[in-house]
Order: sequence, then C-alpha cells, then structure tokens
Amino acid sequence: MNTVYILWLRQLKKFWRSKARIVGSLGQPILFLFALGFGFGPTFAKAGQGNYIQFLAPGIIAMSILFSSVFFGIEIIFDRQFGFLKETLVAPVSRLSIMIGRTLGGATVATIQGTIVFFISFLAGFRPVSISGSILAIFIMAITAILFTSLGTAIASKLQDAHAFQMIMNFVIMPIFFLSGALFPYTNLPLALDIITHIDPLSYSVDALRGALIGVSHFGLTFDIAILVITTAIILAIGSYLFSTIEL
Amino acid sequence: MDINKAASALSVKNLTKKFNGFTAVDGISFDVRWGDIFAFLGPNGAGKTTTIKMLTTLLTPTSGKILLSGIDPVTHKDDARKAFGIVFQDPSVDEDLTAYENMDFHGVLYGVPKTLRQSRIKELFTLVDLWDKRDVLVKTFSGGMKRRLEIARGLLHHPKIFFLDEPTLGLDPQTRNTIWEHIKQLNKKEGITVFFTTHYMEEAQRVAANVAIIDHGKIITKGTSEQLMKDTKTGNLEDAFLKLTGHAIREEEADNLDRMRSRMRMFRR
Repeated sequence: MNTVYILWLRQLKKFWRSKARIVGSLGQPILFLFALGFGFGPTFAKAGQGNYIQFLAPGIIAMSILFSSVFFGIEIIFDRQFGFLKETLVAPVSRLSIMIGRTLGGATVATIQGTIVFFISFLAGFRPVSISGSILAIFIMAITAILFTSLGTAIASKLQDAHAFQMIMNFVIMPIFFLSGALFPYTNLPLALDIITHIDPLSYSVDALRGALIGVSHFGLTFDIAILVITTAIILAIGSYLFSTIEL
Repeated sequence: MDINKAASALSVKNLTKKFNGFTAVDGISFDVRWGDIFAFLGPNGAGKTTTIKMLTTLLTPTSGKILLSGIDPVTHKDDARKAFGIVFQDPSVDEDLTAYENMDFHGVLYGVPKTLRQSRIKELFTLVDLWDKRDVLVKTFSGGMKRRLEIARGLLHHPKIFFLDEPTLGLDPQTRNTIWEHIKQLNKKEGITVFFTTHYMEEAQRVAANVAIIDHGKIITKGTSEQLMKDTKTGNLEDAFLKLTGHAIREEEADNLDRMRSRMRMFRR
C-alpha cells in the first residue's frame, strides 16, 4: 500500500513541479474547443443539431484525458531510458503495486487536467445541466484516465525507446480521438465509421460525459459506464501483465 | 535462508545467460567472501553488466545457480532484493525530485520505518556530504553528486552486499577518490561486502582485495591483484589485464541515450 502511495505521490509532485507542462497540455484542448466550437457552431445549428459548444465540450474533455493519460503511461519509456525504472524494479515490492501506483498517479493528474478543461469550457459558453451530473462526469473522467494510462503502460512495456512515440501518437492516440465521436454525432454515420466508433473505447467516455453533463447520450449512460469499467479492467490487467514482463 | 549461516556472501555456479542464441555469460563460477571488496573486471561487452543484472534479479539466468547471502535470487526475489544494494552503471535517480525525496522514496519501497528512515537519511547524507543539498532538485546536481546520492540511497536499507557497476565512470579524480574512501570506510566500519566493476584498473588494484577477470562471457582468471601480476609477470593490474584479455578493442552495442535526451527535451516542461 505504501508503495502504491509513494508512486502516486511521485507522479503528483512531478506534475506540480512542471507548471509549463500543465499549461502546455491545456493548449491543444482549448484550441480545439474554441476553433472547432465556434467554427462549426453555425453549421451545426443550421443542421438542426443545436448548440455545438454544448455538444463538443464533453468530447474535448475526453480528448484532454486521453492525451495526457496515454502520455503518463508511456512515460515509463523515459524512466526506463533515464534509469529510474531500474530503481523501482530492484526494490522488494511487487510489479503490480508499482504499476498500480503509477497508473493511479497518472490517472489522477489526467483527471485534474480534464477538470481544468471542464472549467475552461465555461468561457466558451458551455453550461452543464446539473451539479450532480458534473460530479458524475469527474468519476467518468477518472475511469477514462485509468483506462488510457493502462493502455499507455501496456504499450510502453513493449517498447525499448521513445522513437516509437510519434508512431503511437499518429497510429493509436489520434485515431482513438478522431474516430470516437468526440467531434461528431453518432447518428447517420457511414457503416464503416459507425462500426469503428462502436469499437473505440473513447466513444463510451465521450457519450457518458455527454450523458452526465448535457443529459443526452446515444448509447445510454449506464451502458457507457458498464463498458468503460469492463474495458478498464481488461486493459489494466493486460498492462499489469506486460509491465511484469519487463526485463532490463 | 539465514544470512549469517551462508558460507559466502555470493556464490555463483555455472551461471549462463543466452540472448537469442548469443551467449553473453558462459558458465561462470566464483565465490565472494563476507566482508570482501571484490572487483569484477573485463573489457566492454565481456558480460559484466549482464552478470550483475542476474545477480540482482533484473534478468533471469538461462542456467546455473546463484546464492546471494544464502538466498536464490531467482526463486526468492524479494528476500534477495532486501539483502543487496546497488548503484547502476547509468544514473537511476529521479531528477525531478529532491535528493531527500529520492532517499525517502527508496526507504518506503524497502519498508524502512519512518523514524528510522529519517535518522538514516541524515546519517548517510552526512557521510556523502549532501546534507546541505537535501532539498535541492537532483537535476541541478553534478555527476559526482548524483553518484554520491545513489551510493547513499543504495545503503539506506542496510544491505549486506553492495553492488556497484562502474560507480566512478566519467568522474574526476577528486570525486573518484572521495567515493572510494566512502566505500572503503563502509566496508571497514559496517562490514558490507562490496562487489564492483570498473574500467579503471588502478582503482581495482588499490581498492579490491580480490579480482576476477571476465572476457567473452567466461572468467579467465581470479585471485588477488598481486597474484595476477605475479602470474602474468607484470608490474601493475592494467598490464596484467591487457596481457590476459589482449589489445583488441571490443565492440559494444550503442544505446540510444543521446538521441533520447534530445527527444526528451521536447516533452519536458
């Protein structure tokens, strides 16, 4: 338990100390929210879909969680290359507790970032329907963050160095984001895209956040959360297994 | 399992490690007595680091037997991990934490209780002259300071055996001397068994009571420095080493550390 705590604390300290990273990681979501939100807003309204900012903000919150949590998972490559991973791996503690501590630490930080984006979206005119919904949204953000931190860990456990980082960005993170329905409604999609959005786990985060924050969900809030919890459990198990196989 | 009952600090028999058909370590055997300072020498790529990784539970041997203070590190990883401390070849401190936080982190991982942890950290920081710098972020430390921090950290859980993989690599003579003084003092005062590798032969000659030389994965000789010099009819350990291992320069697989560093700058701050 102490191991989990100290690894969690380490992630938080590192996050808190790199103020520039906090600001930097907010840049992209803010740009997306304002540029797309106001850019597509009129067209979206004309198509009879209502307020695009209301629709988009939950997607952007999910995006910021996705980007930062995968990154925190992938950070293991840097720890590996810079040697600190060895220090934790020769310690008389289980790999599982190291993995859980790191994941919870990364997920906590990602959830904080998601919450900041949530508040920033108010500036763009976003208004959640209820306070209880907003609290539920933070819970959804936390599961999403655990899910994608574990995914990052799983990927990083199989990589030797950071050269593959760009590839992961382009072939894993970006597709997960763009094919999730964070930017577009799930209705009347071409079949292929419809199938992909159903497979993409981020779709369920986005949809759950919409359910909690604006009271509209496509798949149903309970269904979304159930899918998220199950997927998280599976990815966490895979991530833990792959992390336990790391040899230096 | 009782540490005191083990006949020697480290006992290795026919240890072998193969990577995809390549034999990095080829059936080596040696013993390290309690309280010894033991130098494990060899050219680049000879199998030193692979051996240390197997001794310290980071790699599983292909075959052979290790007893580390009577414990088999393959089957009893955690017991073995508590029995040794290690300073790795590459730095392994967290630069975004302070020196004290690095120590504290280590103490928690090794289950050292809080009050004991605090008193030992103070003691060790005094020993390696870092007490005044305890609250400074490690990224501002020089190479020598990082090394001293790692040595202090490796000793925090009071290991019986201390592994040092090229602890003085890239340090100036002053720092190297200080570090060896610390290590000798620890060996004398606390009776800690020291197992180290180095490329500085004069260090090995000066510090180590016993020496083993490994080349191409095999131990080619072991004994005291004097014995080795006598056997090879040479005047110092470096000449003895060259006579035994030849003058050919060894290839070692380059790592990506430098490219990594430049990439890392993109992600930091």
